[in-house]
Amino acid sequence: MRLLEVDNLTTYYKLKDGYVRACENISLHLERGEAIGLVGESASGKTTAALSLIKLLPDNAHVMAGSIKIEGRDIAGATEEELRHIRWKDIAIIFQGAMNALNPVRRVGDQIVEALRIHEKLSEKDAGRRTAELFEQVEIDSDRVREYPHEFSGGMRQRVMIAMAIACNPKIIIGDEPTTALDVMVQAQVLQLLETLRREREMGMILITHDLSVVGETCDRVAVMYAGQIVEDGPTEKVFEAPSHPYTRALITAFPNIEGERYLAASIPGDPPNLLSPPGGCRFHERCSEVSELCRNEAPEITDLSPGHRAMCHLLQRKVKVK
Amino acid sequence: MNSALAKRDNFALLKKNMTSFWSIYRQNSMGLIGLVILLVFALMALFGPYLVEITVMAVDGVTQVIHPPTSGYWLGTDDLGKDILAGVIIGSRVSLLVGLAATAISMIIGTVIGIVSGFYGRAVDAVLMRITDVFLVIPWLPLMLVMAALLGPSLGNIIFVIGITSWAGTARIIRSQTLSVKERPYVERARAIGSGDTHIMFYHILPNVFPLIFANTVLVAAVAILSETTLSFLGMGDPTQVTWGMMLHFAFSMGAVSYGAWWWLLPPGICVVLVVLSFTFIGYALDEVLNPKLRRRDQ
Repeated sequence: MRLLEVDNLTTYYKLKDGYVRACENISLHLERGEAIGLVGESASGKTTAALSLIKLLPDNAHVMAGSIKIEGRDIAGATEEELRHIRWKDIAIIFQGAMNALNPVRRVGDQIVEALRIHEKLSEKDAGRRTAELFEQVEIDSDRVREYPHEFSGGMRQRVMIAMAIACNPKIIIGDEPTTALDVMVQAQVLQLLETLRREREMGMILITHDLSVVGETCDRVAVMYAGQIVEDGPTEKVFEAPSHPYTRALITAFPNIEGERYLAASIPGDPPNLLSPPGGCRFHERCSEVSELCRNEAPEITDLSPGHRAMCHLLQRKVKVK
Repeated sequence: MNSALAKRDNFALLKKNMTSFWSIYRQNSMGLIGLVILLVFALMALFGPYLVEITVMAVDGVTQVIHPPTSGYWLGTDDLGKDILAGVIIGSRVSLLVGLAATAISMIIGTVIGIVSGFYGRAVDAVLMRITDVFLVIPWLPLMLVMAALLGPSLGNIIFVIGITSWAGTARIIRSQTLSVKERPYVERARAIGSGDTHIMFYHILPNVFPLIFANTVLVAAVAILSETTLSFLGMGDPTQVTWGMMLHFAFSMGAVSYGAWWWLLPPGICVVLVVLSFTFIGYALDEVLNPKLRRRDQ
């Protein structure tokens, strides 16, 4: 049984003048101990897709359709009360800016104790002991549980967030750009730590990022999102070696390769579309270098390229037909 | 971790925090003046009633009514020949007690309504804020008078009436701060770890609006003490208690003004003004200490 299976998840934001189609027909799956990278530019719906899993969305967000199964149990229709138990016990999150995800007026250790005691019947003392152990696991001196967030550096706070995320032994961890605010050295340490913990505990991980190199280093599979849809997904190596969607290709060439020849990183012309009224046909057609008439009028379908590697582009379908 | 050690640690931290708080606070001359005045009155309220008693001034067996200040009776006597200085000292206890108790009620109501309203928003917010608006716009003095008259003159009722009529401003302030705090990422994180609403409101939001509650308390206390005086002066106080308001009430109704008996009217009045002033000074000083933007950073 798969750890996580998401089918056709669709989440819209309701505004005064209509729905923002932030993510549409997202399908994902995750095995035990597997890491999947969710990449795409800002506002492509990565975070919305991930946070839809445990409905941690603003009030105006509506999950319109789709099923979410954790080990076969459908949680798409869970009530707020049920979700409270799913949150952190099944799915934990490492937030975007860990700097601000800690309450400034509460001791760091107490905030982890808080997470533990919501989900497990633990005495204050036992929870304190567990917290000290967690600190050791993320390589912070356990004496520092009594300090306040402002006494920690950015990297340490991010490690505290990781300690908090693994506190209740979740099955899945969502990392929402966990390293974005950190410098490269600290970023590498934090990623290394996450990687070790994930393997030790066999957790599934969804890593949201726009840094392709991070995905290359840590993820088994990658899903590329554009304008609220997954346009390509597959094993990381395959997607990086043979990117099949023009957007994926553009994204990869936009990242300079340190070993290869020097060239000016290419940017993708234009802006991401307004998701209040996404363009007809293929959503990428306005910015695509290989656009044809078909792309403007008809939405492409998902094409299987090889086992586990799929993309959504008209060009591919033509190729398949030619064969 | 050794818990005895942790306690000592806590104590050391508290001491450190208090020391740094004091080092900033004492730079503020307004705050210092306020603190000194308040301390004097606090000591007076605590120990005064044990040290003095209200005696009747008599010369050769004749009660000296409405007598100007003399050496034995520094503030003279009232219409019954009673010592006014002793009255002022003993009256401080009930005046301060009523003020502080009413403030506590007002702050609790204001804080709970403010946080709940700001946190839930929408319908809850709309309903609670309209109620708050009602309390804000109703002229509070007539409301207090009506309530006090209906409930009857007792100390408990006076406290209740003042508490119930003075929370609206606090609720507004706390609500607006809650609106800001609830959008902070750590509140989202708290929700993500599975916290319930009550837990988020009182474990995460309350401590972050606390500085505001603190600074506001001091200002509400000033208003509460003034209200007690007003109610008593207008005859809604408890006639069995000696308070500054009651003293003013009797002085006024027994014709102190027409006798030109300034020593009878002024002392309780000045006491009220001083206490209210001291709370206001402390309030401003706290605002400056707790709000780093208003603070000078060169020391």
